[in-house]
Amino acid sequence: MRVALFIPCYVDAFFPEVGIATLELLERFGLDVTYPLDQTCCGQPMANSGCHADAAGAEKLFVKNFAGFDYIVGPSGSCVHHVRDHFIAIPQTPDVTAVRGRTFELVEFLHDIVKVKAFPWASFPHKVGLHNGCSTLRALREASTTEIVEPRFSKPMDLLSTVKHIEFVVPQRPDECCGFGGTFSVYEEPVSAKMGQDKVSDHARAGAEYIVSADMSCLMHQKGCAERLGLPVKFIHIAQILNGAHE
Amino acid sequence: MKRIDHAEGSSTFIKAKDHIDFHDKRLWDLRKKRDRESEAMPEWEELRSLASAIKEHTLTHLADYLEEFERNATKNGATVHWARDAAEHNAIVHTILESKSARTLVKSKSMLTDECDMRRFLEQRGIKVIETDLGERIQQLDDEPPSHIVLPAVHKLRTDVARVFADTLGTDPANHDVHYLAESQRMTTRPDFLTADAGMTGANFAVAETGSVVVCTNEGNADLSVHLPKLYIASIGIEKMLPRIEHLGVFIRMLSRSALGSPITQLTSHFRAPRPGTEMHIVLVDNGRAERLGMEDFWYSLKCIRCGACMNTCPVYRRSGGLSYGATYSGPIGVIIDPTFNLRKYSALPFASTLNGSCTSVCPVKINIHEQIYKWREVIALRNQLPMAKREAMRMAGKVLASPRLYRAAAGAAGTGVEHLPRFMMYSRLNAWGKQREVPKAPPATFRQWYLANRPKKGKGPR
Repeated sequence: MRVALFIPCYVDAFFPEVGIATLELLERFGLDVTYPLDQTCCGQPMANSGCHADAAGAEKLFVKNFAGFDYIVGPSGSCVHHVRDHFIAIPQTPDVTAVRGRTFELVEFLHDIVKVKAFPWASFPHKVGLHNGCSTLRALREASTTEIVEPRFSKPMDLLSTVKHIEFVVPQRPDECCGFGGTFSVYEEPVSAKMGQDKVSDHARAGAEYIVSADMSCLMHQKGCAERLGLPVKFIHIAQILNGAHE
Repeated sequence: MKRIDHAEGSSTFIKAKDHIDFHDKRLWDLRKKRDRESEAMPEWEELRSLASAIKEHTLTHLADYLEEFERNATKNGATVHWARDAAEHNAIVHTILESKSARTLVKSKSMLTDECDMRRFLEQRGIKVIETDLGERIQQLDDEPPSHIVLPAVHKLRTDVARVFADTLGTDPANHDVHYLAESQRMTTRPDFLTADAGMTGANFAVAETGSVVVCTNEGNADLSVHLPKLYIASIGIEKMLPRIEHLGVFIRMLSRSALGSPITQLTSHFRAPRPGTEMHIVLVDNGRAERLGMEDFWYSLKCIRCGACMNTCPVYRRSGGLSYGATYSGPIGVIIDPTFNLRKYSALPFASTLNGSCTSVCPVKINIHEQIYKWREVIALRNQLPMAKREAMRMAGKVLASPRLYRAAAGAAGTGVEHLPRFMMYSRLNAWGKQREVPKAPPATFRQWYLANRPKKGKGPR
């Protein structure tokens, strides 16, 4: 199984430790993982702003980098959602449709494809609150939501609950958007910041030492809010916990 | 026409801390009550699919059902009028009122008459219009449009209402007891019901099979508006049609549960025919709906039953207030309807969303709201309605991110902090990120640099 590692631009630039944890975690399961060196971004920031023509270059490059792999795995729900559901700026060649169909977010890849049942090396003796990014939740459907009447399920929780000594706390509004929203975070700064403050305060009130998520962009925003508010909450990507991080 | 600046409007709202926290909590509580009601019904998702299918069927056969409704309403003794747009609607209503020399009109809440700006039109022609829904009355007295389609004054605290009533009804400004305020309003409105020349309602549903108008309320004001005066006018958007009375149950079961988390409204009134000696007029209004029905990506918005569930669940709406949208319809449903009225004026609204999709999940008629928001952004960009700075930022970002070389220069550049933020995040509103948030610190090396150092033999693609 040849797996390509898709590291979104902001993870590459700001959170290399998340990329490293993702790579090491995949390698622990004996997968042949390659990081195509010419990757940049999936095109989401432009497309979400309505500028599909400006996203076409990034999308074309993405397909060039990732065509031919069995799976493309990235630690970011919204980027995977963009590739899978919104790669519409470029002609739908066989390579494009193959890449779209083979791109997975890390949690769903581990849960559904590799079917991982345990992370024997992982121990995290802390109280954590789980944050599911909205794309992960409502587009990739990695967990049930409180809005839909359906049997409850959660792929990230299935994985995290196998980690030793981990404790979970549940905020009052578990599915509420944290207000990152890509360019929304700067073009709608007042609402974005208020949403972020409310989100981290909700987790802090529930007693979370850490907020964990498969979406580092949400965490980047929440971390910025928590630090400014002086809240003692810490932030960690799910890949880091599953890879055995202790702090 | 000037573009509505939602971010600016929300910033004003957010500064009033008491207001925003109350607003957010009040609406979130409704969302939670809605969850409890829907979870108590195992068939909830089935009902949503059914409601969506009934609406889609009706909308795709709308002309037939409208004509059937007209035939049956006429048979019942009502007079049916057709209005192409807001101006025609207002003129028709005015003509009906003039024909009976009516000088006062009591009305229950109707978003359609707000959409048509009817109150101002009639008042300019010497007709006194009295809103009788408590929330709508507060907004009328304060000379503000409604901020929510179900709860028109939800952005106000009781102290605000006390101020408005003190200024306009002469109540005690220091007394903001809700019972006192509601009773004061009631005492001033009751005489109007008894003396009004005409009454008016909107409609939640119009049933083609029976020619009847269905109005769902909690205050009883619609029934008083209809039953006391000798003239009754119902203004109805053409999308309110339902084929058969048997379809109504699907919607009645979901309307109030979605809106307020209550099983049903206090009153579900079927107005079918004029009482002896009175007249009943029905104005069927298009005002852009037929055009919207022809829009391939956006016609689904016509399924809306105006329950407001999307507004209650919307984290952006709850934290910006309905008035910040500068339009008759606010929140998620407003964001996808408003641009059909005026693309330029409302071109910023589809960006007042994180695309989180909660609105779509709660919508009882399964409107794909967040997907339409996404689509509107594309339309707005294609029609050159993006602000120049944003347009330029996206063009630059697109160039950089299409080129591994330019991207590496930007991502791996020396320096710390803000220089590292991708350009598209930094370009427009000067360092908006850092106003209330810390900027992420740049690591010593990018992931790619780490990878080259630690996996030296890797890095080639499969081809």
